[in-house]
Amino acid sequence: MLKEDCASELRVHLARSLPLPSSVDRPRIDLIVFVVNLHSKYSLRNVEESLHHVDATFFLGKAAFLATGAGRESHCSVHRNTIVKLAHTYRSPLFFCDLEIEGFRATMAQRLVRMLQICAGHVPGVSALNLLSLLRSSETLAPEDL
Amino acid sequence: MDPYDTPESTPRHGASSRLKDYFIGATPLRKRLEAVRKQASFVPTPPRRKIPQCSQLQEDNDPQKFAFLLHKQWTLYSLTPLYKFSYTNLKEYSRLLSAFIAAEKQKGLAVEVGEDFNIKVTFSTLLGMKGTQRDPEAFLVQILSKSQLPSENRGQKVLWTGWFCCVFGDSLLETVPEDFTCVPLFLANGAETNTAIVGTWFQETFDCHFSSLAINAFNLSWMAAMWTACKMDQYMATTEFLWSVPCSPQSLDISYAIHPEDAKALWDSVHKTPGEVTQEEVDLFMDCLYSHFHRHFKIHLSATRLVRVSTSVASAHTDGKIKILCHKYLIGILAYLTELAIFQID
Repeated sequence: MLKEDCASELRVHLARSLPLPSSVDRPRIDLIVFVVNLHSKYSLRNVEESLHHVDATFFLGKAAFLATGAGRESHCSVHRNTIVKLAHTYRSPLFFCDLEIEGFRATMAQRLVRMLQICAGHVPGVSALNLLSLLRSSETLAPEDL
Repeated sequence: MDPYDTPESTPRHGASSRLKDYFIGATPLRKRLEAVRKQASFVPTPPRRKIPQCSQLQEDNDPQKFAFLLHKQWTLYSLTPLYKFSYTNLKEYSRLLSAFIAAEKQKGLAVEVGEDFNIKVTFSTLLGMKGTQRDPEAFLVQILSKSQLPSENRGQKVLWTGWFCCVFGDSLLETVPEDFTCVPLFLANGAETNTAIVGTWFQETFDCHFSSLAINAFNLSWMAAMWTACKMDQYMATTEFLWSVPCSPQSLDISYAIHPEDAKALWDSVHKTPGEVTQEEVDLFMDCLYSHFHRHFKIHLSATRLVRVSTSVASAHTDGKIKILCHKYLIGILAYLTELAIFQID
């Protein structure tokens, strides 16, 4: 993501799990991407734990899920529907991307940078919440919602 | 498939019901498309499955009949429906396949030193190897070597065995037109070259396609739970799990063996609804094993990949290899494998 061209300063902070230590002074967080490795149940468990520490306002468009490893079906320990359900519960967009493949990684990075610019308010006329409702209108609603 | 694709199914449904009047012959195809679209929409994984029981069809049969299928390692393949396959032509097929194998071997594609070309192929049906009456009959293909001496009639060695079956394959059977026979699960034991030759012949003769069936860690943990849940009078083998840890330069393997009665006791404490296995129970069962291991060794097994599961009922490896040890639950095991094969075909 840092390789992408961006008008303003882009900073990425990587963390294994949340909550982040509160002692450090840090700039405002505009987007949280939860990366789940479908090959590892541990990764899913970790993300589920971390989700509890996130403030509810982030789920209005400033959070997203990224599932990696779906390409190698034979290595998956987490069923695809589990992560789909999780993203649906938190009303956040879900992206599937095999981070191990260079081309997919680059495309995903572009997409995330674009999303980040909107979430940070740098794109006039579109807010994070707008983007969220745009992404969601192309999904069918789950039977529970009807 | 991306969940964002699904809304197109709703407006098209209206159009397809009008088309029904014009294209009567396309009914199976449309059913197939609808089945595929249904799968693409937000349908959760089946949260419950029945614990394999002895099916009524099997109780009539002598357990000795299928004894030759046990204790052998089978490699799994999924197979698309066969076009114009007929159970009455089995003798014809054995003749054709023998000729094909002899021709292939003479071409030098599969030359083994010291092997004579006197081989015989037999096709036979396996009665009773199915779940419901709708399932097509299972059939067996064997490559036998004819002995050189004419007096020895019993000196026929089985070189290769392969069998095709379909157990509870309703979801596939509904969507397939008349001329096709659905036997989505293929199990092979014997030399890889023979499997390839037989596969090529089937693909050319019946316009089908084989693909090897890998079993991922998610399905292996289901199998572990279902087989531990099976009631056994006597446990022949310990329950064993094998995990592969991805690390460089060489991957590490972790093996975890439990006494089968302990595994059954653990399952019984987790299990709530009689006769069914749910996703939560499977997860809880595996989590108990992971946390026990973590407590002793401080290793998170959930971050590794489950590669092999071995119980007294059967053992399965992620590469698509299975060994069935108990004839009582044969149908149940095949039912689950059929489901995986059908899922792969889709």
